[in-house]
Amino acid sequence: MNNDSLESTSEAIPPETTMVSDTTEKVRKSLGRRYAREKRFKLFGVIAITASLSFLAVLIISITIRGLPAFKQTFLNLDVTLDADTLDLGENPDQDALRKANYNGAIKNSLLELFPDVKKRKEKKALYKFVSNGGQYDLQAKVMADPTLIGQTINVWLPVGDDASGYLRGHIDTSVPEKKRRFKNNQITWIEELRADNKVQTKFNRTFFSRGDSREPEMAGIKGSLFGSILTLMVTLVLSFPIAVATAIYLEEFAPKNRWTDIIEVNINNLAAVPSIVFGLLGLAIFINFFNLPRSAPIVGGLVLSLMTLPTIIISARAALKSVPPSIRDAALGLGASNLQVVFHHVLPLAMPGILTGTIIGMAQALGETAPLLMIGMVAFIVDVPNALTDPATVLPVQIFQWADLPEKGFVEKTSAAIMVLLGVLIAMNAIAVLLRRKFERKW
Amino acid sequence: MNKENTVPALDLEQDTPTEQTIEEIVASLGDTVGQTRVDNPKMSVSNVDVFYADKQAIFGVDLDIANNEVISMIGPSGCGKSTLLRCLNRMNDTIPICRVTGDITLDGEGIYSKDTDPVLLRARVGMVFQKPNPFPKSIYENVAYGPRLHGLNRNRADLDDIVVNSLRKAGIYEEVKNRLDDAGTSLSGGQQQRLCIARTIACSPEVILMDEPCSALDPIATAKIEELIDELRENYAIAIVTHSMQQAARVSQRTAYFHLGKLVEVGDTDTIFTNPRHELTENYITGRFG
Ligand SMILES: Nc1ncnc2c1ncn2[C@@H]1O[C@H](COP(=O)(O)OP(=O)(O)OP(=O)(O)O)[C@@H](O)[C@H]1O
Ligand SMILES: [Mg+2]
Repeated sequence: MNNDSLESTSEAIPPETTMVSDTTEKVRKSLGRRYAREKRFKLFGVIAITASLSFLAVLIISITIRGLPAFKQTFLNLDVTLDADTLDLGENPDQDALRKANYNGAIKNSLLELFPDVKKRKEKKALYKFVSNGGQYDLQAKVMADPTLIGQTINVWLPVGDDASGYLRGHIDTSVPEKKRRFKNNQITWIEELRADNKVQTKFNRTFFSRGDSREPEMAGIKGSLFGSILTLMVTLVLSFPIAVATAIYLEEFAPKNRWTDIIEVNINNLAAVPSIVFGLLGLAIFINFFNLPRSAPIVGGLVLSLMTLPTIIISARAALKSVPPSIRDAALGLGASNLQVVFHHVLPLAMPGILTGTIIGMAQALGETAPLLMIGMVAFIVDVPNALTDPATVLPVQIFQWADLPEKGFVEKTSAAIMVLLGVLIAMNAIAVLLRRKFERKW
Repeated sequence: MNKENTVPALDLEQDTPTEQTIEEIVASLGDTVGQTRVDNPKMSVSNVDVFYADKQAIFGVDLDIANNEVISMIGPSGCGKSTLLRCLNRMNDTIPICRVTGDITLDGEGIYSKDTDPVLLRARVGMVFQKPNPFPKSIYENVAYGPRLHGLNRNRADLDDIVVNSLRKAGIYEEVKNRLDDAGTSLSGGQQQRLCIARTIACSPEVILMDEPCSALDPIATAKIEELIDELRENYAIAIVTHSMQQAARVSQRTAYFHLGKLVEVGDTDTIFTNPRHELTENYITGRFG
């Protein structure tokens, strides 16, 4: 410090000292009010946090309670006789014949064997409903994998139909008069008999994770839409992250500040506020109608969602780049680093945690997006699990939307279960982001 | 505030221009007093004007920076010391509104000429900033960054040598030799500043510019850095901006006094402090305003 400033402060002190006693009084008087205000503010904060946490808890608990049963599936033990006649198979059937064989007939026969008294057509029909329509696919898979099974009697666990499994889980109110009930008295007797014989069992629902969508709730799985989401998000990430970061770096570090860059900036900010369905229309017009990319495909979904996430990532990346202290840039420039080296050696690593946060927010948005995907046909009923970017697919939120529309009890459970899976994917994504952020921050 | 020596310029410093514009006052200051030129200058500033947008910050400065010598730049706040210093390694290029006219040469070659690359220039003219600004990396990486950037080392052992030597020259090696992998930002302010000096030395520059390198440091750290500057003088040309008259007197051989963007007086440090010739210089160093 030089003597000039010393001199000026020493001159400034006397008038202030006369103020002190007065100031002390005033400050003391206002203290009570100030602390009270602080306390009130803290209280409001705590109330707000408690309220939001309890809403979250209610949401998660209710979804979990409703969704958990979907992770369990009830199976019925049957001895199925696979004789060629019932299956409608000739000599030396090929794979195609095996695929088309009448497995339902075999299942029906084995059910009738269990209850030889059932003779009436109506009663038979009621009995057949015990095994899910999807049961035949299980048999089909087994036989196609091992055709020597034909002619043998095999013991299998087959998924129980929707009504029966609803009853077994206690979803059917037996006090309701029989007429108004979907599950009739004779069915109850039969199923209780089976239960007493230990022929009914509840196991972890592997089907839910290993199959695509289905009309039968017991056979409907999340795998198709989960893979659809993953493929779509991969396209989104691969496209939007590098483009957005490069754009942000260019605009923030290299672009001249003139009218053009101003216009670009305003437009990027506007894009972030455009309703997502508009991007869907754009995708439909450009990618599908103009470039003739396939409908319902993850590649198109990814392209559309990239358009949507780009502005989010660009804006947050620019903010992160801007927040890197200029002294770091000066230091690197002063040592003779070129602009590009300054950016890639220092600025970008320091901005990375912020950029990743923005990216994750963008990706989370993309993961939960439905509207633009409806426009490009990702809402179709698709049974197959997509394996490639051009396979028809749907995504988790659309799947939830579809299942929520269906009346069967099984789909109500499935809807909640799918929401749980969606939340799980979100949490996993956030966890990865936190880990990545840690890693970058560790490097100081 | 002592008002007995009221010069019109005084008011301007507080940004309350009287009838006179800055240009008129600067014109009234007259030519630079003292010897602006030296024999065999390392860097030479001739008739340099600097503008921030329309506002002129430096008015027709002529000044030489000699080898093996420390020149200190002093003057009231806002008089353009940092601006001139930043012109010497073209750090002003990063400020879009900043415009420099006139000639600045390094070893006789114009540094603003078309075939001078600012990156190369900054490798030859190093800079230490007012606020210590180590990279948020390890101490080792901080020092190794420059040499690596310019490919000064042939192998890892070479690099180790450069790092250790630079840290030693900056007088900080003993304090950090056991923690070279710690973050540079984990050091104290004074240590950080010496680390920044080590980082600058590691590039083996020819000129070192320092902008108030000790303003954030305590007297002990300051003394260490001043000692260091004195040692560095043997190998480098050094220009230092400082607000401390004592520091200028202690470390520099020549002193330049700036006022409102004009170089008012320059000469041997001893002469300037004992026998200033310009009235403004005298007022400043005797502490009558600042
Ligand atoms: N980036 C900038 N943009 C616009 N004007 C600037 C900028 N930097 C400096 N100036 C102006 O240039 C003049 C000289 O500033 P400079 O920083 O060189 O002063 P200084 O002598 O280093 O002051 P100090 O001793 O306070 O560091 C000041 O009037 C300042 O307002
Ligand atoms: Mg300055």
